[in-house]
Amino acid sequence: MTDFLYENVIFRLIYCNLSGSSDKCVNEYGYVQGIFPAGFEWLAFLLAGFLLAFIFINGILGAVILSIWGERRLYGRFQNRLGPNRWGPWGLFSSVADAIKVMFKEDVVPSDADRLLFNIAPILMVFPVFMIFSVIPMGIGTFVVDLNVGLLFILSVTSMSGLAVVIAAWASGNRIAIFSGLRAVAVLISYEIPMALSLVGVLMFAGTLSLGGIVEQQKIPFILLQPLGFFVFFLASLAEINRTPFDLTEAESELGAGYLNDYSSMKFGIFFLAEFAATIGSSAIITTVFLSGWKGPDILPSQFWFLLKLVIVLIAIVWVRMSWPRLRIDQILELAWKGLFELTLINIVATAILVTIWPNPTMGEIWIMAGINWLVAIPSVIVVGKVLRRKDNKTIQAGRDNEPYPVGTETLAPSLVNKVGEK
Amino acid sequence: MSTTEPITVNLGPQHPSTHGVFRMRVTFDGEEIIDVEPVFGYLHRGSEKLAEERTYTQVLTLTDRMDYVSSMLNNQAYMLAVEKLCNVEPSPRGVWLRMIAAELQRVASHLVATGFLIQDLGALGTPLIYAMRQREYILDLFEMLCGARITNSYLRPGGVFMDAPDEFWPALDKVLNDIPNALDELEELLSGNEIITSRTQGVSILLPETMVNASITGPMLRAGSVDWDLRHRNPYDFYDQINFQRPLHSSSDNFARFWVRIQEARESVKIIYQCLERIEPGCVRPSFHDVPRLIRPEPGDAYAAIEGSKGELGFYLVSDGSIAPYRCHVRAPSLINLTLLREMLVGTLFNDLFVSFGSIDLNMGEVDR
Repeated sequence: MTDFLYENVIFRLIYCNLSGSSDKCVNEYGYVQGIFPAGFEWLAFLLAGFLLAFIFINGILGAVILSIWGERRLYGRFQNRLGPNRWGPWGLFSSVADAIKVMFKEDVVPSDADRLLFNIAPILMVFPVFMIFSVIPMGIGTFVVDLNVGLLFILSVTSMSGLAVVIAAWASGNRIAIFSGLRAVAVLISYEIPMALSLVGVLMFAGTLSLGGIVEQQKIPFILLQPLGFFVFFLASLAEINRTPFDLTEAESELGAGYLNDYSSMKFGIFFLAEFAATIGSSAIITTVFLSGWKGPDILPSQFWFLLKLVIVLIAIVWVRMSWPRLRIDQILELAWKGLFELTLINIVATAILVTIWPNPTMGEIWIMAGINWLVAIPSVIVVGKVLRRKDNKTIQAGRDNEPYPVGTETLAPSLVNKVGEK
Repeated sequence: MSTTEPITVNLGPQHPSTHGVFRMRVTFDGEEIIDVEPVFGYLHRGSEKLAEERTYTQVLTLTDRMDYVSSMLNNQAYMLAVEKLCNVEPSPRGVWLRMIAAELQRVASHLVATGFLIQDLGALGTPLIYAMRQREYILDLFEMLCGARITNSYLRPGGVFMDAPDEFWPALDKVLNDIPNALDELEELLSGNEIITSRTQGVSILLPETMVNASITGPMLRAGSVDWDLRHRNPYDFYDQINFQRPLHSSSDNFARFWVRIQEARESVKIIYQCLERIEPGCVRPSFHDVPRLIRPEPGDAYAAIEGSKGELGFYLVSDGSIAPYRCHVRAPSLINLTLLREMLVGTLFNDLFVSFGSIDLNMGEVDR
């Protein structure tokens, strides 16, 4: 049951250096002798497991801190200003200072709050996000576990964040927060369907649900083979992580901070952490599934290529956030049900036909499939966009004609003139 | 069988997008607004009452703080009322200078309104900063004119406080060159962005009859294709010598209100160029022999109104012959434009609440005074 752990590079390194003699640690010279005497393999196993989890969790925390800093620097660039530059070189420690500040704030629980749910919600929010990372291959042998149902695991785990938002909103006992929770239900549930369906095409090509397997199956990045799938998945994951243009749950200009209104101190900090970790998580999923994960030229280690692609996707998400306003809730739901859902169906049909024609494609045939998929993708996106836009054009005509409304010193509005005359 | 019931939410007075301290008791049916009850007065400072205990010149500093986004226009409206009350003959150079200042202020005010629209729509500050950057250059010009950026107090009875320094004119030329580009940028963002157009067009439509009956003025009225501009209908200062277009829009929705503001800012630039052609050297204010420092008007009253950036901004002054006004009343366009808030909002969604609210372009300093 624990065999998968031994495939992990970090776990192997620690375990084999500690344990006395184990049949798991064999190289060409025979058994590797570790520090511990024989009979203490179980201690080595526990310690190695603990260290792996420690490195893993703290790696995510460090990545979040770095991504907050990077995002702020980028905001600065986009907004024609400097961004954080006081704490440490290039302001690198500003988010560390923020984290310390958040920890020392007073922890307020409103009197109307449901205490138990109020305290559980942040934990529910942050756990699924950490679990996403456990199945993502970040390089050759750099993963916690390569589940054979990795994609399904991610889809089911991410849907828990919606539950956490609703619990947080309800437990706050705050009407504005309840609005936020209701929006979260509508948006997150709507976008889970196109999100899951957009991955079906990938599964057809890859033939496996394991993320490691999907990376290995990508002879060319799946973004080229699955343009529609990538488009839908990118938009849906923006909605899932509450980023602009779908940040209805946390609509700052309407709801203040939405479901976060009553949270303070480290509970707020955990939500904040979960939000940024989710952004990194979905960038990691996009990188793995559509951008061929850790694959790249051999001059640099595979982990580097994974990180590079991850950062590019993150920057794209920040770019979207910086330049676009928010959509209205009816438009968001319309986009999910009338736009993205149809696009995923088109994608599934097209991919199914292609896979039936070429079950075992050569390199040339793969490029032909990519070309056909792009030919399907671009017109269908344009057509769906036109259909979605048509309703808006009708409402514009609801105004008046171009004739100036007659006013002057002698012409008042008809109803007003009548009143004056009666008197 | 489940039942639903409306929920009443208290928005404000502390809220990120109420443009000050404004409170609304909004009743929602799901996401749809079914009732709005505005509650204001949180920024009431009693400016009108305070004016009764100050001399006519001192009241000027109170007007700065009413609509703090367009102080120059407030100054202009107040000074016109004082001049009418005292029968002061203004000196031409002073009038041209204050017209330039007023039009610059109008551009700045419209830039702020448009920038905050996109902020209310949910963009995280980037477009707002692009709009505010251009406003900074205009405020720099005000700093050259009178030393202050927001609370100007630049005008005096019959003219302005002092002549513009020499470095003002080249700086003004540069700003006037830049403004059209900035406005192009903003207009492209407004009418070129799919999300902005689909969210603002066809939302919160007000019929012209309704607006005229509610005595709404300014860009809000002109967005409903009502050609009413005091600079044209009832010219004050030297506006009768100036040619300018009055941009109208037919659809009277949120988009039209902001489109009209941007076009109006373009016209302001043209007006300033015409002022620059006509301005001549001379005194910027009448001598102290004609207008003493301590004005004591004859008993009587006067009402003067200008086309402010938000609508008709009028000052009504009553004098009892003493050094302070007996009564001062402000016709604040922000407050009167707010009267149709319920008609605008009922039937729209929560997401559009603050967009429609912002499309009135109100300033709480002026609403509560």
